[in-house]
Amino acid sequence: MIEVEGVERRYDGLAVLSEVTLSLPRGGLTAIIGPNGAGKSTLLSVMGRLQKPDAGRVTLEGMDLAQASGRLVARKLALLRQDNHTAARLTVRDLVAFGRYPHSRGNPGPEDHAQVARALAILGLEPLADRFLDQLSGGQRQRAHIAMVLAQDTECILLDEPLNNLDISHAVRIITLVREAAQALGKTVVVVLHDINMAAAHCDRIVVMKGGRILRHGPPAELMQAEFLSAVYETPISVHELAGRLVAVY
Amino acid sequence: MAPEIRKRQIARRLALLTLLAVLAAAAFLLLNARGSWDFLLPFRGRKLAALAVVAVAIALSTVVFQTVTQNRILTPAIMGFDALYVLIQTGLVFGLGAGRVSALDARLVFGLELGAMVLFALLLFRWMFGPAARNLHLLMLVGIVLGTLFRSISGFLQRIIDPDSFTVLQDRLFASFNAVDPGLLTLSALIVAGLALVLWRLVPELDVLALGREAAIGLGVPQERLVLGLLVIVTMLVALSTALVGPVTFLGLLVANLAYLLMPTARHAVLLPAAALIALITLIGGQTLLERVLHYDTALAVVVEFAGGLVFILLVIRGVAR
Repeated sequence: MIEVEGVERRYDGLAVLSEVTLSLPRGGLTAIIGPNGAGKSTLLSVMGRLQKPDAGRVTLEGMDLAQASGRLVARKLALLRQDNHTAARLTVRDLVAFGRYPHSRGNPGPEDHAQVARALAILGLEPLADRFLDQLSGGQRQRAHIAMVLAQDTECILLDEPLNNLDISHAVRIITLVREAAQALGKTVVVVLHDINMAAAHCDRIVVMKGGRILRHGPPAELMQAEFLSAVYETPISVHELAGRLVAVY
Repeated sequence: MAPEIRKRQIARRLALLTLLAVLAAAAFLLLNARGSWDFLLPFRGRKLAALAVVAVAIALSTVVFQTVTQNRILTPAIMGFDALYVLIQTGLVFGLGAGRVSALDARLVFGLELGAMVLFALLLFRWMFGPAARNLHLLMLVGIVLGTLFRSISGFLQRIIDPDSFTVLQDRLFASFNAVDPGLLTLSALIVAGLALVLWRLVPELDVLALGREAAIGLGVPQERLVLGLLVIVTMLVALSTALVGPVTFLGLLVANLAYLLMPTARHAVLLPAAALIALITLIGGQTLLERVLHYDTALAVVVEFAGGLVFILLVIRGVAR
């Protein structure tokens, strides 16, 4: 579904991504984890064509992202960024409706309204639908942005730290929702996460990054090793089995 | 607030603004009429048309510029755009000589100036809004410095130019509402109407652009191409309005911010007409008040600049800048 081939990305000569190659099959939930400055968000931005790689390329179903039409890609790939500040005076419903732009070009039909209503309902935003974004808390705003990504109704979804600002209940709801989307609807979802345990419990695949490179990737059971994680985070981490799950303690 | 109530509120306010604009136009045409209508109506009509073209051009260019640059303080005028136009005018007269410029077809010269302006502005923009420039205060400073630079060069050229050419130049630069070239006015009106139509068709894209660069790319808007095209439109609108009445620095800022304030929405389908109507009311209403009621035949620009300048300072102090 998504192929990242030899991608490099530099800021002022400093390599943020070097020789990143990754192949994600259709369907399934993939988590990208790693310490701060590992290049997780940059990789996601390059995969979501927000940044152009200095070398290498990214293809989506064989389409080269650098050449494909923006509208076409937007119908297949949606992306949630880390900092979602919107200057504009918008209501939650307005924002979520923007997710339909690639399909409707500002001229929404019944299908578009249905998708917006569905996304609002899934994220429990109906009571807030007509509030302005600047009247919401950080977590509510985060949910509104996730709803917009859902409304875009794409096969591939990239989420940069979607659990930021969320309380436990909403964090669990959203990761569960994302997992269902990946398993039941066959969507390809990539999330950047900070919580290793969240990644281990819910994701099909984990990609571990550090220093702009992918160290290892594979199913959570293979990567939840105390020695490896301790080295990655340069912090003593032990891994225990608890209630049938592998849990990292730090 | 429920969306229906908000929609009705917006519709009511737009209707009210339209009514006020029509009233202002009627007052401008009909008040204090002394002498023959056959003379008055065409004479005042031309002035009214010039005011209207300028109002629409300034309002649209400012709102679009602010959407593209993601801020509510910078306007093309504040970035020194009209000063650039004055510089191009001066350079043209200086380089070719007044005789040759006057001999040329007014519309040809106008087209040349417009082309030069768009070219220069794009070069400037590419540099100003490149990856390095994300700092609003830096941009504001750069704009003010560039504006001063352009004005200084113009001033210098105007001093060393021969007096005959200077007279011609002054005549071109201070084209007052009383002496608008009818041919040029028609041409400007047509161009502004055309550009307004293009902007109207781009309203959904403008709405998406207002979400920010990354969100716009994520939603599949051809961001770079679109921004470039919009900046060309903005530049042409600024050049047109400056060509007709000279530089007006703060009018755009005033009307755009009033439109944001009055309209509880981010939709350009509302903001663009609202800003244009407010500009019409401000310019036409203000001119009527000054000329007909106060019998104070001075430049409206002074009053508008004063009010707009106050708003600008207020915005900077309140830190609406992001």
